Amino acid sequence: MGELSRMWREMPSRYRMEGRRCENCKRVYFPPRDICPVCHRESIGRMTPVDIAGNGEIVSYTIVHETPPAFIRQKPYVLAIILLEEGPMITGQVVDCELEDVKIGKKVRSVFRRISEDGKSGVIHYGYKFVLDK
Amino acid sequence: MSNVYIIGAGEAKYGELWDRSLREIAVEAGLKAVESAGIRTKDLGAIYMGNSLGGDISMQEHLSALMSDHAGIASEYVPSIRVETSTASGASAFREACLGIRSGEFDIAMVGGAEKMTELYGNEMIDITSSIIDREWEAFTGATPAALAALSARRYMSDFNVQKDVLAQISVNDHANASLNENAHFRNRITIDQALGATPIAEPLNLMDCAPLSDGASSLILASEKYVREHGVEGVRVMGSAMSQGAFALHSRESLYTVEPTRIASEKALKQAGLSLKDISMVEIHDSYSIYGLMALEDLGFAKKGKARELIENGIGLTGNLPVNPSGGLKAKGFPYGASGVGQIVEAYYQLKNKAGKRQIKDVKYAMTHSQAGSGAASVVHILGVE
Repeated sequence: MGELSRMWREMPSRYRMEGRRCENCKRVYFPPRDICPVCHRESIGRMTPVDIAGNGEIVSYTIVHETPPAFIRQKPYVLAIILLEEGPMITGQVVDCELEDVKIGKKVRSVFRRISEDGKSGVIHYGYKFVLDK
Repeated sequence: MSNVYIIGAGEAKYGELWDRSLREIAVEAGLKAVESAGIRTKDLGAIYMGNSLGGDISMQEHLSALMSDHAGIASEYVPSIRVETSTASGASAFREACLGIRSGEFDIAMVGGAEKMTELYGNEMIDITSSIIDREWEAFTGATPAALAALSARRYMSDFNVQKDVLAQISVNDHANASLNENAHFRNRITIDQALGATPIAEPLNLMDCAPLSDGASSLILASEKYVREHGVEGVRVMGSAMSQGAFALHSRESLYTVEPTRIASEKALKQAGLSLKDISMVEIHDSYSIYGLMALEDLGFAKKGKARELIENGIGLTGNLPVNPSGGLKAKGFPYGASGVGQIVEAYYQLKNKAGKRQIKDVKYAMTHSQAGSGAASVVHILGVE
């Protein structure tokens, strides 16, 4: 599900959650955007890298039972939409918890984890997942 | 600008058609449509083909040319083009054909929608169908189309205190209607209990909340006002045609259960048609997942946000206040991605022409169709009517 070059160019965002901030309106975007959807042309050339702390809360979640081949070993897993404290919402898994402890509104923080593998001898993809904040 | 009329329709049965190829079912639907319109293939000014995943599933691109050739009309040298907007591909192809006729460039166009979804097996298809969502920032993390629908459903149910049985009614209604449609993938009725007790897919959604992977093809012939007048054909008029596109990923939207493009396309199409929602006799909605059925009814304007339950309770069956998905919908007629948007309009055409057989709704004057791309990145709405 991904070639080497794609994985390589996405490392800053996948590994340490590098997003972008529009220096015109100060809104933060993650995943990164090249143009601010609010400021449009005023943002061109003014989208600077910003690191996301990885703290947020669960806006919604699901327990996934039917998965693509790369995720079969992980099922069932919790997938959630997280509202980050910097503003943006993102999609990611919630791990290391009992399924019944996952609730809308619960606080989470990001952890660095293995996401998937491209087959037995393929690339191993790493990135962010989330754990419940105790 | 010319008005646009539908003058013919044809379909290949939806379902698991292991013995039939993509080109076979596409050509079957197309030739049936040509036959029903009473035209010759040499009359075609253009062919628009809706298809979403042919490249990934069948490893075949340029389907418009392949289908046209397989139909034996390569020697007519008709321009053909494939239109792709994921699960709204068919509806988008139809809209592009309408725009082509309105431009005056040609008088007759064929619209096809075809998809072969059962060529590959289960988990592999989940990966391929995940190309309709954001591959890099949704699917990469383990999201699937069903999982995104489930995220919408969970938040909707929580915010509006709605239980699963409300969602299940969408699927139960689809199956009841599909039992009367010989082209439908599933012709069995289901009960609420069956719908609620099915295998989980992405909680809170289960198998009965999810449209199946179907093979299928649908086709329509469109004609200009000039053609219809000169040939004395009684067509169905395309009164409104609108598309709107918004944020791609679910996490980029302000609300997890509002598809803004649906609201905007509905308003635009109604305005073009000079109609209000009260005038609409039936609607075909994009219920690839039961929750999307509820969201569509609300975003189209038939119910306020969070209130689709009341609309459903007032009757969405064939004799209900607002008949929904007389064809059987995506859940039971079937969900061949690129064909569904055309198939919905085929159903509206049959209903408006009083040719829907056992599932005919009484006195259909205006019909609305709604097709959604992916988790709601775009929507296409059409209004059709008889005059």
